[in-house]
Amino acid sequence: MDRGHYKIFLGMAAGVGKTYRMLQEGQAEAVSGRDVAIGYLEPHKREETSAQARGLEVVRRRPVIYRDVEVEEMDLPALLARAPELALIDELAHTNAPGLEHEKRYEDIADVLAAGIDVFSTVNVQHLESLNDQVAELTGVRVRETVPDSVLGTADEVVLIDLTPEALVTRLRAGKIYPGENIDAALNNFFRIENLAALREVSLRQVAEEVEAKRLTLEAGEQLGTREERVAAEAPKAVGERLLALVRPQPSAQRLVRRAWRSAQRLGTDLDLLWVKPPGGPIEGEVERQVTALRQLASVLGATLLIEEHDDVVAAVARVVRERGSTYIMVGESLPRRGLGRLREPLPQRLMKATPPGVDVRIVAHRGLKEGDA
Amino acid sequence: MIEHFLVGFALLLGLFGGYLIASSRWRGKRSERPRPVHQILLPFTGTEISRRAVDAALRLARAEDATLMPAYLAAVPKQLPLDCAIPKEAAQAMSMLEAIEQRATGQGVPVDARVERGRSYRHALSRLLEHEAFDRVVVSATSTGDDAGFSGDDLVWLLNKAPAEVLILRPGPEDHRVLTA
Repeated sequence: MDRGHYKIFLGMAAGVGKTYRMLQEGQAEAVSGRDVAIGYLEPHKREETSAQARGLEVVRRRPVIYRDVEVEEMDLPALLARAPELALIDELAHTNAPGLEHEKRYEDIADVLAAGIDVFSTVNVQHLESLNDQVAELTGVRVRETVPDSVLGTADEVVLIDLTPEALVTRLRAGKIYPGENIDAALNNFFRIENLAALREVSLRQVAEEVEAKRLTLEAGEQLGTREERVAAEAPKAVGERLLALVRPQPSAQRLVRRAWRSAQRLGTDLDLLWVKPPGGPIEGEVERQVTALRQLASVLGATLLIEEHDDVVAAVARVVRERGSTYIMVGESLPRRGLGRLREPLPQRLMKATPPGVDVRIVAHRGLKEGDA
Repeated sequence: MIEHFLVGFALLLGLFGGYLIASSRWRGKRSERPRPVHQILLPFTGTEISRRAVDAALRLARAEDATLMPAYLAAVPKQLPLDCAIPKEAAQAMSMLEAIEQRATGQGVPVDARVERGRSYRHALSRLLEHEAFDRVVVSATSTGDDAGFSGDDLVWLLNKAPAEVLILRPGPEDHRVLTA
């Protein structure tokens, strides 16, 4: 039996219209004669969404007792028994109540697809595991329900439901997303324009990468290897781009390296790691251990670890940037400056001045709990 | 009058300089103090790890004020050099380490991650044990017996070879809960 066709509607936040669009397309399929059923719908008491679902058959939900409370979950066996041509299943990142067939809804969806049923589903970008951390840093809010990025990779189509932050806030103010009593809290927390703008950028980038990956996979035809390998092998190198990450021999540097490597992968460029070691003194003890760990990590990632002995970090970096042709520098967040250090210009600014024009400097924040984390 | 002022200023400058030199030496000595080994190793392979194992390691680390060292073990095929780059495995490792670090940060546990290569998972673990020191090793028995994890033989080997306490978590009903890449 052929696997069903899988289409995911991806959004930057609640209220952009993913479910609405999914239902709209479901209606269009039904009008064209296909057998469409709603496997699970979460209308969030939004009138427009409920209206869009009218006329479509809804597979009954399954009541489950969880912590003495009855909750309703998607009834996977009932949906499989009903076997429509196309099933609409909302919120693929949802975690099922214990005792059902699977822990997560995206796993239920895999069963539905395996049964040859086409599926339309929805998810917000902050639920993607690899982006969860980045989104938490951008917005200060971390979501608990995450799904592996590979779930997006299994979709035949990923449709980005895009909306400008201003339009989304207008929808929120009009009470189209949350009930009136929750609007102010939402506007002051997650739904700030700067948060939404950052989320929008992350969503656009994610879908752009998916499109690129799919295009290259199609071009690669029947070649062997995984999708990641083909993408890595065939992605055209960004013209002249080269990343340089400034590290120090300490555990927190590993996170910076991971972030830098991910960026390098996206750009299809090489990555250099640079530690500017203060002059004098052998590399030994804990420092030696951390340098070994960095060297090992660089080797695993295919990056190059450079150690330059110099008493002026900025001068050393500027020289390496010129020698290696780096176009992008990533630095960790500085510790709070004390004493006379407060009088000095911050490192990123000094780097911008000392390096050739066109070299970007990006600061990677320390990992830490922010407001909204729990 | 001006001379007195200049002398006073010079004295102040001298005192401040002395303070700077003394404080930098004190800081230097402080960093030279030997640090007690206080690390908990959490080796894993593949694209998922038992959440129970991660939580057990985090509980221990928090109770003992220790650093968690999640270590991704990668098996490099024999036809490739042992020190070659492994981007596919690295992508898995980075996502897994990110997920573990995220969980650890939420609980205030410091993390010092590793990726170790070997011809087999046991070989990678053995290489790691050669150059790192631990107080505890936490391994989940749920991963035994399948291709992606440690075999029973691997665990026996670990018990014999690891110069640390080895905590093997017996299979539990919550083992379907995993951290994934």
